[in-house]
Amino acid sequence: MDPLQAYETWKALMVSGEALAWWQEFYVKFYQAFLLENRWMQYLDGVATTLLATALALLMGVVLGVLVAVIRAAHDQQRPGRRKNPVLGLVNAVFKVYVTVIRGTPMMLQLLIWAFVVFKSRQYTMVGIFGLGINSGAYVSEIIRGGLMAVDGGQMEAGRSLGLNYVDTMRFIVVPQAFKAILPALGNEFIILLKDTSLLSVISGQELLYFAQAIGTRNYEQMFPLIGAACIYLVLVMIFTWLLGKLERRMRQSDRR
Amino acid sequence: MIDVKNLTKSFGDHLVLDDISEHINPGEKVVVIGPSGSGKSTFLRCLNLLEIPTKGTITFEGTDITDPKTDIDKVRQQMGMVFQHFNLFPNMTIRKNITLAPVRTKLMSQAEADDTATALLKRVGLEEKADAYPAQLSGGQKQRIAIVRALAMKPKVMLFDEPTSALDPEMVGEVLEVMKQLAEEGMTMVVVTHEMGFAREVGSRVLFMDGGKILEQNEPHAFFANPREPRTIEFLSKVL
Repeated sequence: MDPLQAYETWKALMVSGEALAWWQEFYVKFYQAFLLENRWMQYLDGVATTLLATALALLMGVVLGVLVAVIRAAHDQQRPGRRKNPVLGLVNAVFKVYVTVIRGTPMMLQLLIWAFVVFKSRQYTMVGIFGLGINSGAYVSEIIRGGLMAVDGGQMEAGRSLGLNYVDTMRFIVVPQAFKAILPALGNEFIILLKDTSLLSVISGQELLYFAQAIGTRNYEQMFPLIGAACIYLVLVMIFTWLLGKLERRMRQSDRR
Repeated sequence: MIDVKNLTKSFGDHLVLDDISEHINPGEKVVVIGPSGSGKSTFLRCLNLLEIPTKGTITFEGTDITDPKTDIDKVRQQMGMVFQHFNLFPNMTIRKNITLAPVRTKLMSQAEADDTATALLKRVGLEEKADAYPAQLSGGQKQRIAIVRALAMKPKVMLFDEPTSALDPEMVGEVLEVMKQLAEEGMTMVVVTHEMGFAREVGSRVLFMDGGKILEQNEPHAFFANPREPRTIEFLSKVL
């Protein structure tokens, strides 16, 4: 019996209310969740969107995060006693509000607001990626700021005492050390971001969970598509965790004794 | 060379330096001693503006470095500083630690800086460590590298902030030896230290600080043989 035929026969029996063996039922549900009409390709499409969304949101988050963190650190590190730079003060205040608002409201709500209140566009996937990037930027900026603050103050002093300017000292001395220190936290943020792309489904962003739910709805059977999607997320996260571990080991080169 | 006028520094309500005026001449080896909290490190750190004076002026070779319009980076390129905790850059090899500043400030090309680094490392007997990372070195080695890193900028004056205080006793000697050599070559030096032997042997002038003031100063032999102030006598009786 060819696979499609088996599916159709058993499915017909199931619909008519007849009792099937557990493995026959499993086969029917599995087949309709993944194989019927090449549905596995929809999951792949979903994974592609999920990865794209993660990459774009991460890029946006890191750019935004570095910008916010550097401005805020520069503001906090101004020489005491001197007149503060007013532009820096204003930008710092704006960034502080940004971080507070983004971290203080649920991400799902932010996505709904971006999609249905601010943009009102049909490009839901792109709007969702934008929302994710903005959200991630707030968290990444705090991670980076923490990393910059954690570098021993003597490093900045040593750099400046040699006659290097602030930017060079940050670029060659402080930032590389901060980056190494925050890599685990940044990796964690990346993994959270990867999983949070599933929230795009609430604004019809066409990522993995969106397709899984659509297939489940069509079949009147949610378990197989949802568990399938969960397995795919798990595998993706495990792959990235492994890659991050490798990167961390490479960064530890200068620690060897 | 360095002229300090009415230097006052306070952290909040806490007065650390109280109206200090002092002059440092080219070629002098000024050793600053005193109890902890006397302001000697702060005094030293004011000289290259790592601490911003609350009041007063500091002039280096005719440039008022306390003037906000002065390019402090240019001034610092001529003043080397060595820290108690070495502050080597752990993310770079020793060679890179030494060559970064001369190359970035366009004092030398990378090739020139590499040659300078090799020559300086040879001088302190650490040429085989050029490609090591700071974490692989002992404290004494790190401090010798820190001195070399400052020297690579060809500074006119070297500031030492308790360079041997964080070292194992065994390693103090090797660092003092390098500093002695440097002194013999005629480098102008300002050294904050607890090493009285070094002060006596190498110093051309000893300043004793307490309570944010320079209480007493003299040529080292006279200073240690005949201290005048009661506070100096008390301090020396405890440390010698």
